[in-house]
Amino acid sequence: MSQDLTRLTAAEMASQLAAKQISAVELTQAHLQRIDHVDDAVHAFLQVGADSALAQARQVDEARARGEALGRLAGVPIAVKDLLATRGVATTCGSRILENWVPVYDATAVRRVREAGMPILGKTNMDEFAMGSSTEHSAFGPTHNPWDLDRIPGGSGGGSAAAVAAFEAPLALGSDTGGSIRQPAAVTGTVGVKPTYGAVSRYGLVAMASSLDQIGPCSRTVLDAALLHEVIGGHDPFDSTSLDEPVAHAVDQARQGMAGDLHGVRIGIIGELRGDGFDRGVLDRYAEALGVLEDLGAEVQTVSCPSFGFTLAAYYLIMPSEASSNLARFDAMRYGLRQAPEGGPVTVETVMAATREAGFGPEVKRRVILGTYALSAGYYDAYYGSAQKVRTLVQEDLAAAWEKVDVLVSPTCPTTAFRLGERVDDPLAMYLSDTATIPANLAGIPGISVPIGLAGDGLPVGLQVLAPARADGWVYRVAGAVEAVLTDRWGGALLEQAPDLGKQQGGER
Amino acid sequence: MNQQMEFMSFDEAMQRFDPVFGIEVHVELNTATKMFCSCATSFGAPPNTLVCPVCIGLPGSMPTLNKKAVESAIRLGLALNCSIASMSRFARKNYFYPDLSKNYQISQYDEPIDYDGYVEFELDDGTEVRVDIERAHMEEDAAKLTHVGGAAGRIHGANYSLVDYNRGGVPLIEIVTKPVEGMGERTPEVARAYVAALRDIVRVLGISDARMDQGSIRADVNLSLRRRVEAGQDQGAVPFGKRTETKNVNSLRAIELAVRYECERQAALLTAGQPVVQETRHFHEDTGATTSGRSKEEAEDYRYFPEPDLLPVCPPAKWVAELRASLPELPARRRRRLQAEWGFTDLEMRDAAGVLDLIAGTVEAGASPAGARKWWTGELMRTANEQGISPEELPVTPGDVASLEQLIAQGTLTDKLARQALAGTLAGEGPPAAVVAARGLAVVGDDDALGKAVDDALAANPEVAEKIRGGKTAAIGAIVGAVMKATRGKADAAKVRALIEERLS
Repeated sequence: MSQDLTRLTAAEMASQLAAKQISAVELTQAHLQRIDHVDDAVHAFLQVGADSALAQARQVDEARARGEALGRLAGVPIAVKDLLATRGVATTCGSRILENWVPVYDATAVRRVREAGMPILGKTNMDEFAMGSSTEHSAFGPTHNPWDLDRIPGGSGGGSAAAVAAFEAPLALGSDTGGSIRQPAAVTGTVGVKPTYGAVSRYGLVAMASSLDQIGPCSRTVLDAALLHEVIGGHDPFDSTSLDEPVAHAVDQARQGMAGDLHGVRIGIIGELRGDGFDRGVLDRYAEALGVLEDLGAEVQTVSCPSFGFTLAAYYLIMPSEASSNLARFDAMRYGLRQAPEGGPVTVETVMAATREAGFGPEVKRRVILGTYALSAGYYDAYYGSAQKVRTLVQEDLAAAWEKVDVLVSPTCPTTAFRLGERVDDPLAMYLSDTATIPANLAGIPGISVPIGLAGDGLPVGLQVLAPARADGWVYRVAGAVEAVLTDRWGGALLEQAPDLGKQQGGER
Repeated sequence: MNQQMEFMSFDEAMQRFDPVFGIEVHVELNTATKMFCSCATSFGAPPNTLVCPVCIGLPGSMPTLNKKAVESAIRLGLALNCSIASMSRFARKNYFYPDLSKNYQISQYDEPIDYDGYVEFELDDGTEVRVDIERAHMEEDAAKLTHVGGAAGRIHGANYSLVDYNRGGVPLIEIVTKPVEGMGERTPEVARAYVAALRDIVRVLGISDARMDQGSIRADVNLSLRRRVEAGQDQGAVPFGKRTETKNVNSLRAIELAVRYECERQAALLTAGQPVVQETRHFHEDTGATTSGRSKEEAEDYRYFPEPDLLPVCPPAKWVAELRASLPELPARRRRRLQAEWGFTDLEMRDAAGVLDLIAGTVEAGASPAGARKWWTGELMRTANEQGISPEELPVTPGDVASLEQLIAQGTLTDKLARQALAGTLAGEGPPAAVVAARGLAVVGDDDALGKAVDDALAANPEVAEKIRGGKTAAIGAIVGAVMKATRGKADAAKVRALIEERLS
């Protein structure tokens, strides 16, 4: 039997494509088939674009046949979170209010992916407007965790993480506002990176909280994430907040880490992120990972970031405040859903109100109301103002930490994947999933989640590595080192231990 | 609240109350592209053709700042004697209205680019006034709404409304004064003159078309009254009254009328013991009245917060210094310089106010300042007034007037002939020299020809010649008249007289 192409890493796919051992069409076909087999169960995709993906794959094959110079990932398929605008392809953000919106333009990251010759398989599921930690807030039904279909795949980018975990795509684009790339990666046994704020253009990313949002790669290996990072990163004149400097050497750094040398690397354990609220199973794997780091020659010490005790509260003021403003444009006037009011006069105000009532789900409404309140005259200083001060404190704590260490580590998520429905009616419990990931967004620093094994419940656990702003290379290096050692120890990638969904579904369709 | 109310005469209102006003002026910049995207800003394009994902606020789109607009804002700030912030910031002003594609306007709030300035200008009688500037900030214009059906273009009662996003995102600078106090009955005039002065500055800087009739300069007038104190007491110690904000007062005349109207209206209310409602009011050009708009009693909450999609604006000091050094001469200073150069009296300067550029152009083309002033403030101003146009619109250029002056100085034309030549130019017969040639207006300067005309006249009137010889010099006039008749008025009368005297002495 020929190799199952979907089981390759993106790096392997790329090298087989470059060697013309496989074609992009073949590879894309294999993934479309896999999606066909498993996505009814996983529901990672909101939309699959088989024809356009195959057309793009064909172009890459033709270009390669003509001997044209191609990008490293040319022909490697990718899935795109439905929060990124894709020209000519509906972009719903997981919301009824944008159910039929077809963008006239590509997000910069999407354009770069296309220009790199990467066929786009489809758009992945997410919590509505990226608000959630489980994808249960998608207006189009939840995504299921490939490790256990009764469990959440994390969120908001559960679709992208699950697609990668279920071998429906080798790579995916995500966005991370408080952990939406890293937390799903942790609970699905995949890799997710939130780059430095500004390292990847946000142009075309439908904004939730503009000062926190960051696009990043989702993958199964650290090297694959690094390859994608270098495709999407770099300055963009359309995003004033994008950094005007060269893209991080993510690939080199990942390779250096994989070679296994961390001698002299100073690693800080975040003292505030390991005790209360963290599951025993998570902490066990975390302790082992720290052992791996020490074995590789790293100097591990504990660092205190006292402000991390306030970050969840600050985040839940800043994020809803910005979201309330960003989501104001969904008013039925120019695009998207338009709902006539039931009874009463039909005016601009009543149409706007009826549309927003019908088009937004409960979590979005909750955050819009929270944010509107927090920004109101008389409350601004107490809420938004104080939250910004916490942000400054976080930056100060981190600045002090960087004096002593090169990277900081913590578990990515306090628990493994919880059951679908378990927290959906308890927003505060849901928000706790992001305790460890939020500080990176408040500070604008890069962070990665890399699998470090299974907890006692048989579900994946992730290690988070954080580095100073603009030092994205560090997270790839340290995570690459951990990954190499553990993969070796497990005798293969962690995902090899996940249930084979194809068989679970009986294989027939 | 809408009951018929008594009005108080302006004079009486001013006896009882002291008006305090402030003006917010929006200046639409003439940059080639919009504030935050690269769409063109041209006026009059078909609706919604100058738009892109950014200015119609499509999901995911992001603003990028127009550097030229920042430059205009800095130059205006410098011209208004403002401090230029080394760091200013954009903020979001949140409110739901279909003329805002994002339902927030990107503006500047507590960190404007220009702050703490002033403008000095003169009223019609030469009184110097200074108005302090609180701030000037950059923002994007809203789209243009057209309400169709219902009452007079208002949203309430309209059948439907059309939105043109061409104007959405056009760069604006809003200039806000500090409260202007102590102007008393001259308040309407001061308000008007302030906006005129601002318009002139904007025009000299070349940062806007500065056309009030096309909406490129729009003013909102805030006005309140407070009780006038007895002589010897401190008027400034009396707190401000409740103010109204009259929106979109779009001509200089309208500003004066709106201020006057609000003074009279508020004075009547206060005198009758009724409160002034803090509200937005609309000015009606046709009646000169203001009417109530939305109430501001519950102050609107715009939920301002720093715009996270844009970086702070940090103009390098070197750039600001360069812009300062390259500022053009501003109207007030120019007026002072020209007065000194031309040696005009204050009164002459005031008469010349409306035609200063034309006089300057005429002087530049070679005329004497006095000569240039005489033509433009006299004959030409009168003609323009008669035709109901501005002097600039007359079919005569400063160059024409200068050449007219030269023809007089050369002796080719007399004053009287010059007026005829000018009439020809105004009638479209070409420049003065061409009119002189075509109409044969030149003074008969040729001594032989003139001598012959004198000899002919003396020969034809021997008895008059005799009287003159006999010392009756008053009779010379008759011979001069005959010569003028013969030359059809083209002779210089003084010269003719000299020739007669020469022959008969």
